[in-house]
Parts: sequence; structure tokens; C-alpha cells
Amino acid sequence: MIVTIKLFATFRTGRFGEETREYSATTTVGDILKELNLPVDEIGATLINHKHVEEDQTLLDGDTLSIFPLVGGG
Amino acid sequence: MEEVRSFLLKQAEGDLLPWKHHLFASTHFGLTMGQVEKFALESGLLPSRYQRNRKTISVEEQLRLFQTHVAVIGCGGLGCYIIEEMTRLGIGHITAVDPDVFEEHNLNRQLYATPAMLGQPKVEAARARVTEINPAVTLLPLKCAFGKVNGADILQGVDIVVDALDSIPIRLELSEVSSEMNIPMVHGAIGGWYGQVATQFPGEDTLRKIYNRSANGTGVEKGLGNPSFTPAVIASLQVAEVCKIIIGKGTTLGKRKLHINLLDMEFVEIQY
Repeated sequence: MIVTIKLFATFRTGRFGEETREYSATTTVGDILKELNLPVDEIGATLINHKHVEEDQTLLDGDTLSIFPLVGGG
Repeated sequence: MEEVRSFLLKQAEGDLLPWKHHLFASTHFGLTMGQVEKFALESGLLPSRYQRNRKTISVEEQLRLFQTHVAVIGCGGLGCYIIEEMTRLGIGHITAVDPDVFEEHNLNRQLYATPAMLGQPKVEAARARVTEINPAVTLLPLKCAFGKVNGADILQGVDIVVDALDSIPIRLELSEVSSEMNIPMVHGAIGGWYGQVATQFPGEDTLRKIYNRSANGTGVEKGLGNPSFTPAVIASLQVAEVCKIIIGKGTTLGKRKLHINLLDMEFVEIQY
């Protein structure tokens, strides 16, 4: 299946802003986080098509996965 | 008190109450500026200082703003701007909570941080500024750290709470106490070029969802710090949310978070 991955803010540094990649049918959000080597404790939000999802969520063909880093200052 | 109303109606220019008469009424009748403002608004008069609000906010809505009590938790980058804007908007009662004094590293962004204020409590600076800008507004300064232990006391009588904290664990405690007390919470957070805003109404658990992976962590601010413009943007969005909750207009960020990237000028909505 084809999934579009969008990275936001500091996660773009040394990676990419948007890429389309091919995955097997059972791929989860967590699998992609690991593939991209994104540290779990720095992840603020993961979305599929604008909706918040957890790491165990399975992706579907044509989905867009957006990944944001944590923001906590005030 | 009918005497006060008659005086105000007599001195009004159209339906505007000029500052000089507002001030005179306060001195002459031995009332606070806030009490005079309440009389004026209840009589359908708009203190002239709010005349540029009026196409956006009616006199009746201005009265609702005046009667609302908002707690601002944290008086740093976000908190100072939030307090400034709420004071000019005419929100009548503000509680400001922060344990800190101003330090040199605050000078790049915190509105009330000046060289002369170094070493002074942030909440006292906020109180002085509010009195200077709009003496009809009452600000209660609480120089303490918010936590689960004192949270219920701090939020007693508060209608809306604004999260201007710089700690994720304390944010989650604020969310928990606000939910238990049925108080809407307007969340804001910043780091470098980036920020986010969300509104959590009682019964919702948006904050827990936002920080579910890193309840004890820190965000991008640890590596990026905070420049001057990011807190001003996020604070303004938070005050717009507060205003809409009070006057019941528009669409709030309930169950939504806005992620703002000022480096690439992107605003992305996330649904929770």
C-alpha cells in the first residue's frame, strides 16, 4: 500500500517534509516511527488524515500519516 | 446606587462613558473603577476605552467579559501577553499564578520583564501593569506553584483557566483539577518557531491525549528556547478562545489542537 508521510517542525531536520512510501498491509504507526528513528519521548502527535491516532493504529492504502514533535514551553 | 446610574447616564456621550467621568464617579461616590464599570455596563453604557471593541463585542457581551473570572497559570512568555490582552479586552477578574521572579533570560520575550524588574515577582509585575492599563480590572497575584495540592483552592470561583505553564506534568495536573471542577481550560504551549493551542471543556480529555506519550517529558523548547514572537502569537490565540467561550460566539478549539509553525507559516488542525 502507498502511504504519504508528513513530518513537522524539528522532525524535518535531516529527514524530509513529505514523502510517499510503500508498506505492507499490516504496517502500524509505531512501525513507521521506528523506521524513521523518531524518539518516542519526543513525539507530540501522530495523525492519520488529520485525526489523532495511537501507535498501534494500522494504516490503509492512500492514508496520510502526519508526525509532530512535542511542544511544552510557556 | 440609583444616584450613580443617573450620574453616569447624564455624563454619557451617546452610549459611551468617557474615562474622565468614569474616574470622577469612582472618586465622588467612593466606588472602585470596577464597580463603576459594572454600573455603566448594566445601564447599557460602554466605557469609552472599549469603543473599538463594539463592532465585535456588544455592551451586553462586554458586561459578560467584565463579570468573568479567568485564572492564568504561569506568568512567563505566554502568561504576560495573555494577561495584557485580557486586561485590554475588559475581563474583570484575573488570578495570576507563578512562583518565579524575573531573570535575565526572560528579557527576550516576557512582556513585563525589564532590567528594572529583575529579581521582582512576575505576578506582582502583572498586578502593577494591569492597574496601570485598566484599573477596572482586578488581578489577584498568587506567588506560588500550581499543583494538585493547592489547585482546587486556586481555582475556586474561577470560570475559565488558561494554561501558560512551561511544564508538561504540571499541565496535566492543571487539566485534572480543571476537569474535576468543571472549568474549561485553554491550553497553549511554545517552543522555538512552533506552538500549539487547544481548548478542553469539562468531560473531554484532550490534554491527556496530547501528552500521552511524554507525561514527564519536555518538548522542542528544550533545544530551541523561545524567541519573542512565538509566545505573542500563541497567547493571542488563547485569548481569542477565552473571549469566544465567554460570549458564546464562533467555533472554539474544543477537541481540536492547532499546531503552528512560524518558520514555514503553517497552521495545521489536529482532531482529538
